[in-house]
Amino acid sequence: MADETRKVAFICSKGNLDMAYPALIMGWAALGNGIDVTIFFTFWGMDMINKARVDHLDIPPLANASMKMNMMGVPGYIGIPQLAGVIPGMTPFATALMKSKMKGLGVPTVREYLEMLVDGGAKLYACKMSVDMFGLKKEDFIPGVIDIVSASDFMDMTEGSQIIFI
Amino acid sequence: MATKTFAGRPVQVNEEGFMTNPAEWNKDIAVEIAREEGIAELTPAHWKVIDYCRQTAASSGGKAPTLRQITTGAGVSTKDLFALFPKGPAKKVAKISGLGKPEGCV
Repeated sequence: MADETRKVAFICSKGNLDMAYPALIMGWAALGNGIDVTIFFTFWGMDMINKARVDHLDIPPLANASMKMNMMGVPGYIGIPQLAGVIPGMTPFATALMKSKMKGLGVPTVREYLEMLVDGGAKLYACKMSVDMFGLKKEDFIPGVIDIVSASDFMDMTEGSQIIFI
Repeated sequence: MATKTFAGRPVQVNEEGFMTNPAEWNKDIAVEIAREEGIAELTPAHWKVIDYCRQTAASSGGKAPTLRQITTGAGVSTKDLFALFPKGPAKKVAKISGLGKPEGCV
């Protein structure tokens, strides 16, 4: 056993539903194993901590080569025609499908997951440049977001951490 | 597979120190493992979690519950769970309860 506590830092840069989960799942596993966790939210990743957006993350089937119709019970790996992806309602449909699959597995929602992470001791930060660009304020974020910090601050606070970019 | 002595009894453990036979576990053993894991005393709040894990494991083929199963099932908040078993509750709870590592991700 190393004397020093292992540290992991995640940079969340995506706001699509499927890309919200990796840091949540790995961060939770890290906390459970006694590893320090810091998460930095930047660009679209800030949707994950934006109160108005966190419950409305989507997964669009358009340009998603891996999303096949077997998710809907169609046998084999038949793709969703790209043209179908542009039909209004397709993104909410794919999102609802993914959410119901996750719920079936007992996976918490993004909002609930973030609460668990904060309660478990994870430190959440928003990216200063993105906050300025999107015209957001600290009040726009869910409770548990400690501060809005610059990229340089993030580098300072993650010295010795393993950094994972998502 | 190795053998370790807890509370004057030899018990089977794997290379990570998790007991491999939940039937060999008893409360005295739990107290000693807890001490090894840096928890000086097991309070009633600790026992609530440990008892829940033992019960769940008994009804699910010996599998240790995940942290989320513990918080929702035993009615212990995430904050309290991390305060009771600091620095890695997932492994610590399972180890003290005489079970293997939890297999689930949540």
